[in-house]
Amino acid sequence: MKKHTKLAISASLAIGAAVLAGCAATSPKQDLDAEFKAMLQSSFSARGIAKMDRLDQDLGQSACSSAKQPPEAVLKQIEAEALATLKWPDGGQYFGDWKRAEKLAQSGVGMAWNNKSVDPKTNGGQCYNCHQIDKKEISFGTIGPSLWNYGKVRGVKDVTDPAAAPIIQYTWGKLWNSKAYSGCSNMPRFGHMNMLDQGQLRDLMSLLLDPRSPVNQ
Amino acid sequence: MKSISMIAVALALAASMGAQAQKSSSDSIAEYRKMLEDGNPSELFEVKGEELWKKARGPKNASLERCDLGKGPGVVKGAWAELPRYFADTGRVQDAESRLLTCMETLQGFNAAAIAKEQNFAKGEMPNLTALATWISGQSKGLGFNLPQNHPQERKMYALGQKAFFFRGGPMDFSCASCHGEEGKRIRLQDLPVLYKNPGDGLGMAAWPAYRVSNGQMWGMQQRLSDCYRLQRFPNPGYASDVTIALQSYMGVNSKGAKIITPALKR
Repeated sequence: MKKHTKLAISASLAIGAAVLAGCAATSPKQDLDAEFKAMLQSSFSARGIAKMDRLDQDLGQSACSSAKQPPEAVLKQIEAEALATLKWPDGGQYFGDWKRAEKLAQSGVGMAWNNKSVDPKTNGGQCYNCHQIDKKEISFGTIGPSLWNYGKVRGVKDVTDPAAAPIIQYTWGKLWNSKAYSGCSNMPRFGHMNMLDQGQLRDLMSLLLDPRSPVNQ
Repeated sequence: MKSISMIAVALALAASMGAQAQKSSSDSIAEYRKMLEDGNPSELFEVKGEELWKKARGPKNASLERCDLGKGPGVVKGAWAELPRYFADTGRVQDAESRLLTCMETLQGFNAAAIAKEQNFAKGEMPNLTALATWISGQSKGLGFNLPQNHPQERKMYALGQKAFFFRGGPMDFSCASCHGEEGKRIRLQDLPVLYKNPGDGLGMAAWPAYRVSNGQMWGMQQRLSDCYRLQRFPNPGYASDVTIALQSYMGVNSKGAKIITPALKR
């Protein structure tokens, strides 16, 4: 008991000394933030393709790192910055092959320390991890909304019809950088973070929007 | 014998699941889980863990029987329910696995830092640490979590764990909360416990170590967290590093009173 008290006293003296020594201007919250950063640096290490810079947060990652959503103004800023990064498909070509896309949507492979390459061609789309897509696949996640009949319920009967343009652009944008429409979205930024290339995104666009895709039957 | 034949039947069922009509797939999975509850292979790891605890090993040729897991030297019953906690001799908050490393060094003469460097959970002392943790956790089966929060270091680890839980990063912007932040969610067919609050009996912290049927491996909490971070696409969290202990402090305190069912059985 005595020893514990002594320890506690010397510990609080040490903290007191540290405060006097130059941390007087910092708040307890800042101290915890600094300690947290130090903990990340001492706890993690680079492994394979997963380097330490993966812990460097951008505005959106940092603002969306608490139990509470950031203030409306910050959310708006994240969304505006994300919107500005959107890259539209070369030649205005939004569509590919829905048959290829099903395989891509099934695959959860990519970007982990045990994966060999960060080349998008080696990555899956991870889609079924979080979304229902083709109803035939019963093993689907529920973190994101169901995408069954995605194009059909949005009235896309012909992807070349100008009336379909807004939903086509929104869907491309959502796949490219989901944060453009919802600042703290749980969905990865597949195009922006170079996890899927334009060809892969075109295939997924067809899976979701092509009236002939099994998703829209 | 009974357990082994049950497992064989369940595995055969699992193998045939892919070929079955889709309408019955969900039912098959539920049935398969139920059958396995009769024969949980983790019992074998508990036996191994208890043997390792009592066996003289290491440069000092000593057992771990004097190891202090927080309730005094050699007291194993109930210790799991109060970990992680602060240990005055190391000046650190420690979980069961980091505490075992400390005891392996002080009592048995192993080099804890060298052991913790191993990133492959199938190599070196890692399977032994998992077996020891499995046995120790089983000695608190049925108890509710009751982590101490009296020491300032314990409260600080909780606060750091909370920050770690919500910390977004990596190419996919994932945090722990991305998967464990909302009720009723799942990845593929795997239900996800909500972990920023008390998930209830036998979920989250209260369910690891567990035997994973899908890969036939026994996983401790350190391995569970390591694989979570792999799937978050983060760099590698060191074995028994502070971030892994902070997260367990956070989840353990949140789980106050939740019944421990370890060693558990998982997909």
